[in-house]
Amino acid sequence: MAEISSMHIECIIDKDDFNAAGEASSKVKKSLNMLGIPPKTIKRIAVAMYEAEINAFIHGGGGKAVADIYPDRVEVLISDEGKGIADLDLAMQEGYSTAPEEVRMLGFGAGMGLPNIKRNSDELDIDSAPGKGTRVKMKFKLS
Amino acid sequence: MDIAKIAETVSAEIIYRAENSSDIDITGAVAADLMSEVMLDTEEGSLIITGLINPQVIRTAEMLDIYAVLFIRGKNIPESIIELAQDRGVTVMRTEATMFEACGKLYSAGIVSGQSA
Repeated sequence: MAEISSMHIECIIDKDDFNAAGEASSKVKKSLNMLGIPPKTIKRIAVAMYEAEINAFIHGGGGKAVADIYPDRVEVLISDEGKGIADLDLAMQEGYSTAPEEVRMLGFGAGMGLPNIKRNSDELDIDSAPGKGTRVKMKFKLS
Repeated sequence: MDIAKIAETVSAEIIYRAENSSDIDITGAVAADLMSEVMLDTEEGSLIITGLINPQVIRTAEMLDIYAVLFIRGKNIPESIIELAQDRGVTVMRTEATMFEACGKLYSAGIVSGQSA
């Protein structure tokens, strides 16, 4: 493993570029690969972050992805200034989706994103309110 | 099952063959048009079978450590997908078969579900 104490990655999630959505998660995945983190752990981080990044694109009107890699953990924050989540308990239920048909045409919006983020992260903190945007904070242990 | 055998089983054309593809042994597959469903516990190394045509199919494969995608119904595959697949090392195949036919043929040939749920 490389001799570094931490790594900081920041990316804009462009609301106008669907094809680029996921690039932040890809960068983090590549960095974790280079650091020699076990593939199963990397996969959990990549899946959770990608789900959140796609959410910021489809629901949040774009936003920002920030990842900090420490020797013992990875912290990821995906934030947007979009319409926010009206009922978080409902949004956490498998199959519940507010995604319009256009989003499903793009291959997302099955109502599994947030539950899948929860399943793949060690800690999840979602801060959101209608009109106030959404901040999805995830922590993953590296051991 | 190797890539050549997968392609032969569903009469697929290999549009892009990743460099490391000769080492790949595929045992499981997931078939869906929603990547949201593919993202649910699909085992690494599985095959994605989909009718969805956009680069997020390749990104989904990348996140899940999946090395091959099979597009169905002979749909045209845009350059943006092929370029991303080349960059991420994901083999891209296309078959004229429908989703049902592709799944049926691969299942009969011994491919199992790539999702435990």
